Amino acid sequence: MTDAGMLRFHVPEPEVRPGGTPDFSNVPIPEAGSVPRPEIDVDPRTIRDMAFSIIRVLNRDGEAVGPWAGLLTDEELLEGLRHMMTLRSFDARMQMAQRQGKTSFYMQHLGEEAVACAFRKALMPGDMNFPTYRQAGLLIADGYPMVTMMNQIYSNEADPLKGRQLPIMYSSKEHGFFSISGNLATQYIQAVGWAMASAISNDSKIAAAWIGDGSTAESDFHSALVFASTYKAPVILNVVNNQWAISTFQGIARGGSGTFAARGLGFGIPALRVDGNDYLAVHAVAKWAAERARQNLGPTLIEYVTYRAGAHSSSDDPSAYRPKTESDAWPLGDPVMRLKNHLILRGVWSDERHAQAEAEILETVITAQKEAESNGTLHAGGKPSTREMFEGVFAEMPPHLRRQRQQAGV
Amino acid sequence: MPRRTMIEAIRDAMDVSMARDERVIVYGEDVGFFGGVFRCTAGLQAKYGKSRCFDAPINESGIVGSAIGMAAYGLKPCVEIQFADYMYPAYDQLTQEAARLRYRSNGDFTCPIVVRMPAGGGIFGGQTHSQSPEALFTHVSGLKTVVPSNPHDAKGLLIAAIEDPDPVIFLEPKRLYNGPFDGHHDRPVTPWSKHELGEVADGHYTVPLGKAAIRRAGSALTVLAYGTMVYVAQAAVEETGIDAEIIDLRTLLPLDLDAIVASVKKTGRCVVVHEATLTSGFGAELSALVQENCFYHLEAPVARVAGWDTPYPHAQEWEYFPGPARVGRALLETMGA
Repeated sequence: MTDAGMLRFHVPEPEVRPGGTPDFSNVPIPEAGSVPRPEIDVDPRTIRDMAFSIIRVLNRDGEAVGPWAGLLTDEELLEGLRHMMTLRSFDARMQMAQRQGKTSFYMQHLGEEAVACAFRKALMPGDMNFPTYRQAGLLIADGYPMVTMMNQIYSNEADPLKGRQLPIMYSSKEHGFFSISGNLATQYIQAVGWAMASAISNDSKIAAAWIGDGSTAESDFHSALVFASTYKAPVILNVVNNQWAISTFQGIARGGSGTFAARGLGFGIPALRVDGNDYLAVHAVAKWAAERARQNLGPTLIEYVTYRAGAHSSSDDPSAYRPKTESDAWPLGDPVMRLKNHLILRGVWSDERHAQAEAEILETVITAQKEAESNGTLHAGGKPSTREMFEGVFAEMPPHLRRQRQQAGV
Repeated sequence: MPRRTMIEAIRDAMDVSMARDERVIVYGEDVGFFGGVFRCTAGLQAKYGKSRCFDAPINESGIVGSAIGMAAYGLKPCVEIQFADYMYPAYDQLTQEAARLRYRSNGDFTCPIVVRMPAGGGIFGGQTHSQSPEALFTHVSGLKTVVPSNPHDAKGLLIAAIEDPDPVIFLEPKRLYNGPFDGHHDRPVTPWSKHELGEVADGHYTVPLGKAAIRRAGSALTVLAYGTMVYVAQAAVEETGIDAEIIDLRTLLPLDLDAIVASVKKTGRCVVVHEATLTSGFGAELSALVQENCFYHLEAPVARVAGWDTPYPHAQEWEYFPGPARVGRALLETMGA
């Protein structure tokens, strides 16, 4: 018994603040290939330690090692690399377009490209993602047209959402991408409901819920885990831990729990942590969870350990709350470079081909951008009509909206 | 024609809908095996199986959030919030998600859900079993709000709500479940079995959303009411002897403005009544609409009778509840003005 008599209030702090030396020694990184790969029907109680480790496939030399390796062909890996490079190039151009005043807002994926790009390849047509604002890789990896994404970002006359949504809040049922809300965590329980509906309908489709480390503190996250656990819903519960929720370090949401994956344990949900910057590891773990869901084995919680190398959004400046060089010190490296090095080691890629691919991709993105800009940008050129503003609130416009539309003179 | 209580009529509406359309799914707290604390879903699990009628965890945002996901998949969930007073954890899902899914995705995803909840006072339920939160829904773009006042309407409106392509809030005045309570808490209530609006046809029929009903034709004054207050208004009209026209709005959004305007232009006087608290209540919207649309026909200020702006009390229930005496005074004042 110590300190009797006076209570002290505890507020967690990150290891380092601006001006300090980046330090990730508190993030233990297991050897690649060291975490076993259980059967999909494993008793969740026997794999609780997986919620505290990190599944990794690519080692420091770029080799794919261990029981989670070997699922993807050269062609599939080359395609994966191209998706990540495309997303990075797309982000850079759109970030610049925002700075040029062509749209109001943008959110990039720098450093996190592997998570959504690799995950998408573990799903089947008809499966449904309930994404956050940092999973555009799901669309890129599924072949959704970049021009359409840009039209949405510009809120121009070809915007499929008619100018009603903030930039990057895409929606595409066809590509298994649920309408992004913009409010945090609400989609997590909706994904579970979608999965419940698929099971109720004796369908074969599964759902994937997405959330960031910070938003796991929302009650909707816990609602989702209760419902997923109770009804054994065919859903993959993804937590992207990129270390930062705007300026708030992940310890504020995580609290006394060792990891975000560990949140699943109390619900009896198998919980895995994976190296989020390792395309092969992300894909292998997602595939394992998808198989479980499809076999009526219920939900799986996956924590992707990654790092948000860029700002939270175009409105954010990370140098105010973390060391500028922190992303260089991140121990899991850069997902694009790691897959590139692996493909070079496999003998199917080279620095020259990489540089050439980079140039080709940039050209493709610029071509798409020109086409999108021919439909207008936020403050110039074609835009959705004012009449559109009144449409689609309900399937059929009720009298009061009809009157207001008349008052607006449209 | 068979007579049913409001509970039986609501249950019948779900039964008919579930039989006609296998996409209709019913769930909520205590809703499955037991059939709901008010018995509105009794027998549905036995009849349609656990996949279509089941118990939910005590988590209102989870109930509504999962229903939104189910609707996005293509089902038509009709979920129960045990008391309207418990809906607040689900308010985010209702107002930010269900209400705007069609709009924000330009129809890529839609949200045909019904959220049923018993509302209103008169049962000594205190602060947490008596609230009337309708204005918190009518203020939100993208939600429809329905308040039935009798078994016939309850069945037809609920079937219409389930078949509607957009989210519908279905507020069930719990004091009307077993009979047309008129605010005279010291007198027995006529059971629905002895009331003509307790006649509920078998099988499928709808009462369209957005259409009011004239419960009493009159020429001296118009009373705008819904739910329990329809019967309170009837009692007040009988006791004051004023030849009032009583309009039962049935749907608050979309609102049947044409019926309201036609009546007030005819009578020249209007009293708005509701159980919910006065300030920023739905009565304020009604009063403003009457003023905007009927100003040159008005012979007196539009009056409002509502719950006092206090939390719903326990021991003082009948001093709080806007009963026939308070409504009657407002009718007389509006006639004398």
